[in-house]
Amino acid sequence: MTLSRRNVLKIGGAAAALPLLGQKAFSQTEPLKVGFIYIGTINDNGWNYAHNQGRLYMEQELGDAVESVFVENVAEGPDCERVMRELVQAGCKLIFATSFGYGDYVIKIAQQFPDVKFEHATGYQRSENVATYNARFYEGRAVCGTLAGHLSKTGKAGYIGSFPIPEVVMGVNAFVLAARKVNPDFTITPVYISTWNDPAREADAARAMIDQGIDVIAQHTDGPAALQVAEERGIVGGFGQGADMSAFAPKAQLTSIIDNWGPHYAATAKAVIDGTWESKDSWPGLKEGEVVIGDYNESIPDDVVAAAEAVKNGQIDGSMHIFTGPINDHTGAEKVAAGVTLTDADLLSMDWYVEGVIPPA
Amino acid sequence: MTIGLLIAVTMTLIVASTPILIAALGELVVERAGVLNLGVEGMMLIGAVTGFITMFTTGNPWLAVLVAAIAGLLSSLIFGFLTLSLSANQTATGLALTIFGTGFSALAGQSYSAMPVSLFRSVFPAELTTHPYLRVLFGYSPLVYFSLIMVVVVWWFLKRTRGGLILRAVGENDLSAHSIGYPVRAIRYGAIAFGGAMAGIAGACFPLLLTPQWAEGMTAGRGWIAVALVVFASWRPFRLLAGAYLFGLVMTMELYAKAGGGPLTAIPSELWAAMPYLATIAVLVLISIRRDASTNAPACLGKPFLPSN
Repeated sequence: MTLSRRNVLKIGGAAAALPLLGQKAFSQTEPLKVGFIYIGTINDNGWNYAHNQGRLYMEQELGDAVESVFVENVAEGPDCERVMRELVQAGCKLIFATSFGYGDYVIKIAQQFPDVKFEHATGYQRSENVATYNARFYEGRAVCGTLAGHLSKTGKAGYIGSFPIPEVVMGVNAFVLAARKVNPDFTITPVYISTWNDPAREADAARAMIDQGIDVIAQHTDGPAALQVAEERGIVGGFGQGADMSAFAPKAQLTSIIDNWGPHYAATAKAVIDGTWESKDSWPGLKEGEVVIGDYNESIPDDVVAAAEAVKNGQIDGSMHIFTGPINDHTGAEKVAAGVTLTDADLLSMDWYVEGVIPPA
Repeated sequence: MTIGLLIAVTMTLIVASTPILIAALGELVVERAGVLNLGVEGMMLIGAVTGFITMFTTGNPWLAVLVAAIAGLLSSLIFGFLTLSLSANQTATGLALTIFGTGFSALAGQSYSAMPVSLFRSVFPAELTTHPYLRVLFGYSPLVYFSLIMVVVVWWFLKRTRGGLILRAVGENDLSAHSIGYPVRAIRYGAIAFGGAMAGIAGACFPLLLTPQWAEGMTAGRGWIAVALVVFASWRPFRLLAGAYLFGLVMTMELYAKAGGGPLTAIPSELWAAMPYLATIAVLVLISIRRDASTNAPACLGKPFLPSN
């Protein structure tokens, strides 16, 4: 072929069309790009670790159909908006924002990118392309509370929390409601340390509790620090939060509440690929396997394990709900009448303590 | 409050204050030499991660403290080279060192997050460390006694030795010290290295003394408290000891009050959290009212040393 003008045009035209062709052929198998933002690092053995395990599960389940990226240590503030914008610009069509404080920014950025789907963990604000998801951790707390009611010698538990948000208050309440079904005099003292990640402070909070007669410690913060103090001091025990922490406290970890986000992430990504995604709030729990109770410590007597399993199975088959009345608030006044169960909306805005909680100032 | 509880509170507060005290003692010497190193938080994290890794691999706490001190020292020499040899801005370089230390420690500790170590325990016999009363004297890790000994050593060095006098002279008027023949840069290098080693040991206190694990950013801002304490103490070692324990007392009492449910729970947690800083402001106001030279900052603090010849 001689290099005439016509031929050059032909070849040039074909060459110019090639990428188009490729793109078309490619678009059928182009993977869905999914972005994740984490408030801490994936090595925290708790909250962020669990979300990252969920991401890996999603990749494994969906194979070549998805591709994922994640950003760690994204602060709850204006900076998370920048990070999400960059993820969108990098081609993400689905973004999981995995901390409560991202909420306002998710709503804001979702308006600017209507073709991108956003999923906000533990949030309450939804829009056209923003869905929320959470797990019913309080169901796991009820199982832990049952163990505490049976095993505690002093009848006093402590609860290390970060901030008194509904998610945490709900956990405190579920724990003590379950414990008081076993021991009607059981009390729980929540201590808020105003941070999600300061292990030395968690450890000091645990010391302050143990020195004042508390022998079971539950926590809503992410690390194993409090459990390690429980192990060191030889109290009845505590619970792994987010993941199994028995490596840190083989004697003190009574059981653990394991966050299992994988199935939700895989199902959501699949829905986006299939075009069936819609904005909704999903809040699965023990039944769906999104909240898992870990192994029970070998030292726990069989009848106590059976009692805990009964509470677990009751919540799985729906025969039991920990927030079914009669429930009194911490002053002793009736808050929920007998036979009435709190709705999800009640739970998600919970700002009062049940009887048995020694409320903080 | 019973005696037993009083002892428990005292012990928790002393242990909680120890890393802050050690880091602040190092920074005090650095500032007395006329250098402001804001990299304390970063050096502490480097000390924490290297101390943890050493403890995890060897199980020897003494070695872990030594390695943390060396790591802190080496990281402080980066700061020294930039600010002394290259006359870079001390504030900016110190902040950069903190950012570097945060990132470096996260990287180095990446594969160590799910691993427990054991604490650096008291070396006294068990009859003393578990005795209901005597444990308040004997129940601590060697790191706690180290911090108290260093208060005396630093005080003695600055106040009673020729070397301390020269170091203070360099901090008060570097050009004069230079003109009468003292090696200003070398002395400041020495001070910075000491500050780095102390920050490294302070960092090692986190996995060895407070919570036997590695967690990213586990110093959680205590390096900044150490820097603030030096000002609070108006650059004097014994005031620093008092200040560190006062900080520790407030932080510890908050937790005991919340967990114990006594009358102190009526104080809202926001006020508890603000208290150390309110105390710092109060002390700064007092210092500025008194205006007596001995309470003021070293005259050359934070200024680059630029001799004309």
